[in-house]
Amino acid sequence: MATTYRICPRSGLQFDTEAEKLMRFHAVCGVLSLLVGGIMALGVILTRWPAVHLLSADVFYMVLTAHGIDMLIFWIIFFEMAVLIFASSTLLHCRLATPKLAWLSSWLMVLGAIMTNVAIFQGESSVMFTSYVPMQAKWHFYLGLILFAVGALLICFIFLGTLVVAKAEKTYEGSIPLVTFGALTACIIAIFTIASGAIILIPTFFWSIGYIREIDSLMYRVVWWGLGHSSQQINVSAHVAIWYAIAAIVFGAKPMSEKVSRTAYFLYILFLQLASAHHILSDPGMSSEWKIVNTSYFMYFAVLASMIHGMTVPGAIEQAQRLKGYNKGLFEWLRKAPWGNPAFSSMFLSLIGFGFLGGISGVMMGAEQLNMLIHNTIYVPGHFHATVVIGTTLAFMGLTYFLVPVLFKREVLFPGFAKIQPYLFGLAMYIVSLVMMGAGTLGVSRRHWDMAFAGAPMAYEWPGAAYLMMGLTGIFGVVAIVGGAGWILQIVLSIFFGKKLEEGEIRSTPIPLTLPPPAPAGAAHPPATPGTMVLALIFLTAFILYYFVNWKYLSSLWGLS
Amino acid sequence: MADNNDDVPVMQKWLDNPFLLLFLGITIPTVLYIVWGVMEIANIPVAH
Repeated sequence: MATTYRICPRSGLQFDTEAEKLMRFHAVCGVLSLLVGGIMALGVILTRWPAVHLLSADVFYMVLTAHGIDMLIFWIIFFEMAVLIFASSTLLHCRLATPKLAWLSSWLMVLGAIMTNVAIFQGESSVMFTSYVPMQAKWHFYLGLILFAVGALLICFIFLGTLVVAKAEKTYEGSIPLVTFGALTACIIAIFTIASGAIILIPTFFWSIGYIREIDSLMYRVVWWGLGHSSQQINVSAHVAIWYAIAAIVFGAKPMSEKVSRTAYFLYILFLQLASAHHILSDPGMSSEWKIVNTSYFMYFAVLASMIHGMTVPGAIEQAQRLKGYNKGLFEWLRKAPWGNPAFSSMFLSLIGFGFLGGISGVMMGAEQLNMLIHNTIYVPGHFHATVVIGTTLAFMGLTYFLVPVLFKREVLFPGFAKIQPYLFGLAMYIVSLVMMGAGTLGVSRRHWDMAFAGAPMAYEWPGAAYLMMGLTGIFGVVAIVGGAGWILQIVLSIFFGKKLEEGEIRSTPIPLTLPPPAPAGAAHPPATPGTMVLALIFLTAFILYYFVNWKYLSSLWGLS
Repeated sequence: MADNNDDVPVMQKWLDNPFLLLFLGITIPTVLYIVWGVMEIANIPVAH
């Protein structure tokens, strides 16, 4: 199918016309899902805030279901499909493989998302994100998820097909760029994720319409988490790719070592999905061998990979900044970074929050013994709000500030608000994650409509600190929602009413990707990165201390010493 | 030289092959997490 290519005058990027339309389509669908999920977040947070306790139990569980599905599945996967199309067709300077099939797949995803949302808001599918059996949702809840997954799976294969097209048409030489490699990692994890979802959701759909008598609850949990947790690992791969992309866009930063970064992604491909077993650590049916091999021995390779990315991204920025002359002391490169540029501030807040809050808490939870401290408490949402909201959503928000002028050809409105939005949203989410984890450490359960158990025959007296932290969750949750709503409003208004920007040259043939030549032998070494090394040591110290504190806490709970 | 396939290190050849990576990325978690997990569940004695 003949296509045309647009050369963006602001970024120099080259967009296949169909791919560009698809990227815009997926970005818009993602933001709409975020809007629905964000409105639901307000209902969740104002109900879990003990002093407000807004919604009735029935409505709360419906709202919580919509919040979980729209945020954890629809928002992120729609946006990730845009990232896959960008990282293949745009970064490899080639046409998108099978654009008609890509449109069909995209509409299938939309149909699925609408169907599942309709099922939820009809009120008889309040089974929450996990939809554990024997709780049963309406048939179209499952069918919607299946259609969405099939659409996403097809786009993953179109991504792989586009890699084949680029190689066959020789639009690049050698290895694919690192950001595309990160997207490939996300794509592979997505295929495992969606296949796991299909294995369990298809029989569950037949169960919901009466063709299958029962679904084993433990079997459901194990296979479903292959979908539920791995879908969040697609995020990790995608947002790490976005960190590298933003470092390159804002600073012209080059990876410290392509080999090391690619090896870290390779470890993700092999082991990241195994973290799904975290959720089964308290289930009696599974052996300790299965739990420990999956969540500890092999999963630690993926943790190692995250730590490598967490060091190489700021390291690349430090090198780029030092080459520009910011060489004073350990941190001039960081102090003089463009903190008013929302693409950078979002990315850096995402990186630090993902590592310190999401990463450390995730490793702690992945130890079978320590998991007992916090299993099924609100600590768990505290952890994944640090990974998915601070890590992924904030990185996606940062990239969008770059995409509005480049992809939508509009100027971003309200630049003053854009400067503070990442701090408003990001820092509020830092506090929300921390106080959720604090409340969870005291035992406050996740998902529960009423932590006070009012009217229950055996009430539980929580310490005042638990109520304080749930109150803070409410207050800062509302602040974060204001930051997120402001971002949605800003982006939507910019797309519709922002000043139109020049479209750029339209060509009928692509310009092949030219990579910079390798550094000649004897070329000057890039500058050392002592500031990043200090940041890494601070991270490791925090990691060790937090790990130790939790083992100490566990020993005091059991009274063993 | 990228054109001379013999000069490319083995590890790089692996990382440049998306379908090998796809195979590994599906097979390893499927065996370690799904198949092993399902086998354990299938071996739990049924209550009478």
